Amino acid sequence: MYALVDCNNFYASCERVFQPQYNGKPVVVLSNNDGCIISRSDEAKALGVPMGAPEFKVREMLRQHNVKVFSSNYALYGDMSRRAMNILNRFTPYVEIYSIDEAFLNFEGMSIPDYDNYGKQIKDTLLKGLSLPVCIGFAPTKALSKVANKIARKYPERTNGVYVIDTEEKRIKALRWTKIEDVWGIGYRMKKKMKAKNILTAYDFTEPFHESWVKKEMGVIGLRLRKELLGESVLGIEEPANKKSIAITRSFPKQLTEFDALRERVSTFASVCAEKLRAQDSCCHTVVVMLATMEHKTPATKQYYHNSITLPFGTDSTLTINQAAIRILEKLYEEHKGQRFQKAGVIVTQLINTNEKQLHLFEEENPKHHLLMKAIDKINTKIGDRKVKLGSQDSKTWNMKQNMLSPKYTTRWDQILVAKCH
Amino acid sequence: MPLDRKHKAQKLTFFKSDLQSELKIPYVSQGVSAGFPSPALDFLETTIDLNKALIEDPETTFYIKAEGHSMIDAGINDKDILIVDRSLEPADKKIAICFIDGEFTVKRLKLEKDGLYLMPENQAYKPIKISEENNFMIWGIVTYVIKKI
Repeated sequence: MYALVDCNNFYASCERVFQPQYNGKPVVVLSNNDGCIISRSDEAKALGVPMGAPEFKVREMLRQHNVKVFSSNYALYGDMSRRAMNILNRFTPYVEIYSIDEAFLNFEGMSIPDYDNYGKQIKDTLLKGLSLPVCIGFAPTKALSKVANKIARKYPERTNGVYVIDTEEKRIKALRWTKIEDVWGIGYRMKKKMKAKNILTAYDFTEPFHESWVKKEMGVIGLRLRKELLGESVLGIEEPANKKSIAITRSFPKQLTEFDALRERVSTFASVCAEKLRAQDSCCHTVVVMLATMEHKTPATKQYYHNSITLPFGTDSTLTINQAAIRILEKLYEEHKGQRFQKAGVIVTQLINTNEKQLHLFEEENPKHHLLMKAIDKINTKIGDRKVKLGSQDSKTWNMKQNMLSPKYTTRWDQILVAKCH
Repeated sequence: MPLDRKHKAQKLTFFKSDLQSELKIPYVSQGVSAGFPSPALDFLETTIDLNKALIEDPETTFYIKAEGHSMIDAGINDKDILIVDRSLEPADKKIAICFIDGEFTVKRLKLEKDGLYLMPENQAYKPIKISEENNFMIWGIVTYVIKKI
């Protein structure tokens, strides 16, 4: 038996833990730079605040309805997520963290007489210990547990947030109820194709006479999904693996034309990539830099330019990765001079474990880099906010717009919750 | 030396060291000497870890700073750090972090026949009776106080 546990409106719920005055009130959380709405409480959804809407477009509406707006506080969400996942781990050793607010559980070899009851226990533990509301769907396969989760979410009164698909009758009923676009792994493009083929529900998708079409259109992935929906488990709990590449890309608040301004951004992205590499004990072989322009015609057109350098050795050094990134940027800038850039990014790929780094005789990084990076990471962890950085990075002009940021209640001593004694 | 020997590549096999696993060895700060070994070596134990000693459930435990003087008789002074476990059940006489009418406060819980009271531990302050008008929740239970002397 599998379960999918999904936190309801996770970011908004995290904010409410430490500011309970917003329980029952409309709350939204904005993306980086206070750009778009990325999380909404149920009350905000009921007001019709659209998901993904740019903040400036709905500002007036948010003000009118007295909606509480937060900048995204990833330090807080990350810590709350870690706590929630660790709690899930007490209910079964098999937990696959699927995203910051979702996890698959498996109960192989455990004798649980009543999954509905077990689900309620999980739900209550998270609600009491962390004030995080969740929905849980149980089913014999991962894809079906997604379906069960959706039912639990859709009918909170009837299901109490927990739904179990444990009979053939329930499985068929659930699949008939599930629209094809809500099936796990069916994207926008595939949905259109399905509709043209008159596959409107998950049940239609599993019909035997569609099998060859599914195979033709979606290949082995489609066939696997079909088996999963039919109740045959083919996808297991995946072991946590390190990321295969790390990308840091950001849009600019205003378009950039100057090389120096772009260099500063690219430097910062390169530094963050290097830091993330070190955090997961990886080294990269390839550095990619991407620039994007945006023309405000109708329809707006985006143009992407990118180039890469592959290094003779694997590295996690901020200095080396930054040097490579700047070299690529110089070339890209030279080729596309005069354009107005809207977005830039640094991507590091071809990752290897630092332990498995090959030693080269002639082309090797200065071994002092390693010690320096260790020292920088130590200092930055201690004082926070990446205070030690490259000279080519500038903090003043580029601080992220976070006008409505809540404190880092759980990760910074100077920002912990205060209780009054009066 | 025959010429061909010089040109024949010597076959060397390189082994990579296995750095995957990690073995932690307790560090004993004692110089190496040939003399009598320290009798303490036989009694090595793990170190005292405050996290483990003071926190029963790390996932549901939070640190909260106290501000004010209403709890000084319970040993909670201004600027003390409280260790708060949210997984514990509230009960009579427990010291709790409560959220009341838009504000977090620390008080001792007192269950009376006519309802719940939040008791200060300082004669200069008055108890608060919780009524239906209050927007009230018990957020967590205080388990330890950390104070700077």
